[in-house]
Parts: sequence; structure tokens; C-alpha cells
Amino acid sequence: MAEIRFAGYGGQGIIRSGIIAGKAASIFDSKYATMSQSFGPEARGGACSSQLVISESKVLYPYITNSDVLVAMSQAGYDKFESEMGEEAMLLYDEDLVKPKPPRGKILAHAIPATRFAEELGIKIVANVVMLGFFTAITNLVTYDSMKKALPGLVPEKALPLNLKAFERGYEYGKEILAKKQSNKGNK
Amino acid sequence: MKSDKTGVLTGSHILSGNEACAEGALAAGCRFLGLYPIMPSLEVSQRFLQRAPEVGATFIQMEDEVSALAAVLGASWTGKKSMTVTSGPGFSLMMEHLGLGVMLETPCVIVEVQMVGPGLGLPTHPAQADVMQSRWGSHGDYEIIAYAPSSAQEMFDFTIKAFNLSERYRVPVALMSDAHIAQLKESVVIPSADQIHIEPRRYFDGPRDSYLPFKRDKDFVPRMVDIGQGYRFHVTGLTHDDRGYPIMFEECQEYNVHPLVKKIRDYVDEIVDIQETKTDDAEVVIISYGSSSRAALKAVEQARAKGMKIGSLKLNTVWPFPDARVSELAEQVKAFVVPEMNFGQIVQEVERNTYGKANVLFLHHGDNGVEYTDDILAAAEKASLMTETKCGIIEWKKGST
Repeated sequence: MAEIRFAGYGGQGIIRSGIIAGKAASIFDSKYATMSQSFGPEARGGACSSQLVISESKVLYPYITNSDVLVAMSQAGYDKFESEMGEEAMLLYDEDLVKPKPPRGKILAHAIPATRFAEELGIKIVANVVMLGFFTAITNLVTYDSMKKALPGLVPEKALPLNLKAFERGYEYGKEILAKKQSNKGNK
Repeated sequence: MKSDKTGVLTGSHILSGNEACAEGALAAGCRFLGLYPIMPSLEVSQRFLQRAPEVGATFIQMEDEVSALAAVLGASWTGKKSMTVTSGPGFSLMMEHLGLGVMLETPCVIVEVQMVGPGLGLPTHPAQADVMQSRWGSHGDYEIIAYAPSSAQEMFDFTIKAFNLSERYRVPVALMSDAHIAQLKESVVIPSADQIHIEPRRYFDGPRDSYLPFKRDKDFVPRMVDIGQGYRFHVTGLTHDDRGYPIMFEECQEYNVHPLVKKIRDYVDEIVDIQETKTDDAEVVIISYGSSSRAALKAVEQARAKGMKIGSLKLNTVWPFPDARVSELAEQVKAFVVPEMNFGQIVQEVERNTYGKANVLFLHHGDNGVEYTDDILAAAEKASLMTETKCGIIEWKKGST
């Protein structure tokens, strides 16, 4: 079982990220998943987060007790949910938007300039999908194929090719990072 | 979204509890929604409205919840399966017409997404504090049927069951959801239309001059006709005779009102829907319903892994209450643990049925709404070690050992 928190601010597609990953896991990976969300009264700019629980068996308790993964797309989101991370959790963050504290315990931190990549692709609202690509490569909690299958219907049809490109960008970057960290380990 | 013409959206979907409820209603054949919007129940209406043109359903936003339920009762008498959707304060406003629906024996479903009260409370935080209201909220003597879903799948399944029982017993059926389940997104598997059991309305098809709208069958449930079919009949919220005209004698309570109670009470075994997990050898049974039952079931899983004999009784229907089964279990177990997102409602029913034979530990509304598994587990562990049996409800304090 894995408990995942996506945190950011309204308008970044934080809640959508949870739904996409949840759909990938439960519809296409044949696992079980629950997704819940919380957001303030503001439509945009306010703190928002979504909780995703992915499990091989039926998810009984659908809320996070200790997160296994925190995906932080804003400093406020990181600050609020840092303490919730378990001792061996993974932190994925947008390096231009979040400055994390030195990691505690065995927490592994992985950074990506997701929003910058999205801007390079032409529009920054796909930053969440870049992040989802990164998330897929790093965590292995959902499969690459399922994530790509989950996108249609959850992003505007017109923007699907762009979203797929954004997903690839994040995924490739994640793979590079992992390979680099692997070879660093080898060198030591 | 594409459904067949029956309105059934067959397949696997990611739906919120609210969306699943709307799909359940459409699959059950509901074609009328009377509503007054309120969070956290709104997505039920939204989804229903989105799908309404495709399946030929009608909806109306009324001026308030009083009239929303009135519209539903009227629509039901035209032969349309009907429902309304609300939350806390709106449910309070519906109490008058809940009683009318009971008196007119009108099949319909009331979906209530519970949030904290009283008054306006803390919108839109989840609670389970309206379960007693669903049973006792309207004046006079009556019995009601109420479901308590605990997942998006159950929101779908129980909505269909609610419609079926409302037709079978000619009574408004409440679906007591809460803000957790309403907003939680999960996969929901919707079977094909021919796999879904739909209880047909019990119609009268005799000659027009012989129809008596409140003449009871031997199971106390009268036959219906639709308004507009050409039958002449009368319905009133006053006590009435078989023709539906007011009769105002003391005897009417026995003649008219007692059957409203008996048609449910005498069929409790058919209506009660409970789900037991590892109760066979249990020393402690956690009794829960709705979203709290998810934490309860997780506690059972963890307890069993530690070798503790703990089981769960989950109430799929909260009303009528499974008196017989709970009192039977009271002979077997040392204690019941009852977690609820309120300050003590269904726990009173549990305690009433133990006759002092088992301890009853109560866990009340937590700061985060759904009780934490750890608290339930700690309470169950403590309960299993109790050597004395005390009468009354033992309030479990967080952090006690």
C-alpha cells in the first residue's frame, strides 16, 4: 500500500493529478485506489492538496496517516505536509517553487523544474502532468502505459498531444535522474 | 459519457461518492430529481442534470427543501421514480414532508450527505450526526428505512437498493451518506442493466371504479396507480380510509397508522442488511456504519494480525436496526466498540440491545472526522481485557490505555 500526497495551490492541477494517477492505478493497473481532496474557498491561488491511496487489496482507510510520497508543487504545500511524511518516504518537488529542508531520516528527495519544462513546452498549466511523468518514473507506483491511458478524458481533448508530450518530458527526466543517481552510487 | 438507453453506464469508472449516487439513481430508473442545492451534496445533482437529457429524466430546482421534497412526492405519484438530495439544514426542512411521504405511502429516495451541525455547523465538514433524525425527525409514529454507504461503490449499490425497498414497502428511504464518502473518488464497477435487480412498482390493474388507494394487501402494502391514468382517488396527510378520504376517529391510529409501522417492523428480517467480518469467534465486535466503518475494518485487520479476536459488524442499513443480531452477539462477546462521527447516536441502539450482557465502548467524533484506526484498535484492545461488565455506555477517551 502507498499513501501519496499531492500538494500545491489552486489552479496547478493538483487535484487532477490525484485523479489521473488514481485512474491509472485502479482502472488500468487493476489495483485499488482512493482519491480525496481538500481545498480552500478560493478557486485559484489557495492551498490545495489531494490524497491518493494505492493498494493491491481493497483500500479500507482512505486517508493518509504517514505519506509514502509527497509531491510538492508549492512551498506552502511542502511546509504543511512535510511532517506527515514517513521515515522512508519520497519527496518529489518542483525545484523552482520549493526549497526543502535538509531531508530527515531515510527520506529521498528528487527535484525537477516541472513548471519550467512546462513553460518550455509552451504553457505552464501542464506542469502537473510533467510532474506526473516524473512521479511515474521515480516511484514505479503506477505503470507508464496506464498513466498514458488515463490521460484521455481527464485533460481537454485538444490538449491531449501536449499533455502526452509533457508527460514524456517528466518521465524522461525522471529516468535520467535515476540513472545519474545510480551511477553516482556506483562511483562511490 | 455514454450509457445504454436504460441509463446504465456499464463499465469501470473513477467516480466520487456523489457521482456514483447519481449513476445508481439513473440505473435504478429514477427519472425525477427535485432539489434545492446545498454542499456537500451538489455533485449528485450536477451529475444527474448532466445525464438527464440523454435518458429523458426531469429535474426541478425548487425555492427551498420543503418544496423540493413536495415535488418529489408529487412526481412519484405520476409513476416516476423520484428522489431529492440534500445536506444537514436542508434535511431538517424536509422533515415535514418526510412525514407526509410516510403517511401517503409514497415511494421515493432522500439522499442526505451529512455534515456537522447543529444549525449551520461547520460547512462542509463530515459527520454522522443525522442518523437519529432520519429515524425520528418527523412527528408522529412511523418506521423508516435508511442506508449508510461507506464507499463510492456502495453509493451506487445502495442507491439502487434504496429505490427497490421504497417501491417494495411504499415508504421514503433515506440514503445517509456523509461528506467523506460524497467527495471520495474511487473506482466503481457498474454492471450491465440486465444484471441489476429493479423492484417494479406494485400497480393496481383492476377496473377503475374498484380502486382503493389504501386498501392493504396481506403484507400491509397497498397497490398504486399513476395520476392521470383515469382512476379517481384522493390522498391526504390526514388519517384516511381505504379510499384515501379523511376519517378522524381515534380508531384511525390502529387502522391507518399502525400498518405504517407494521409493514416495516414485521419485515425487518427482509430489510436489515448487515455485513459481518470475523465475528464467529470474536470477543469484541466493532459496530460501525458509513465512512467510520472503513477505519473499523482496518482495525479488525490489524487486530487479527496481532492475534486479537476482534470482529466487525457493519450496518449497511442503519434503520431498521438489527436488534436481534446485536442482542445475540451480546451473549457471545465481551464488548462492543462503537465509533461514530457524532456524540452518541447508534451507540444507544447498541446499548439498548445488550441488556447489560456486554460492555459498550463509545468513540465519539474526532477532530479529523473519521475516527482513527489506532483509536478504535486501542479501544478494542482495552475492551478485550475488561473483566467486569458494566451497564450503560462507556465513553472512550482518546489516548487512554
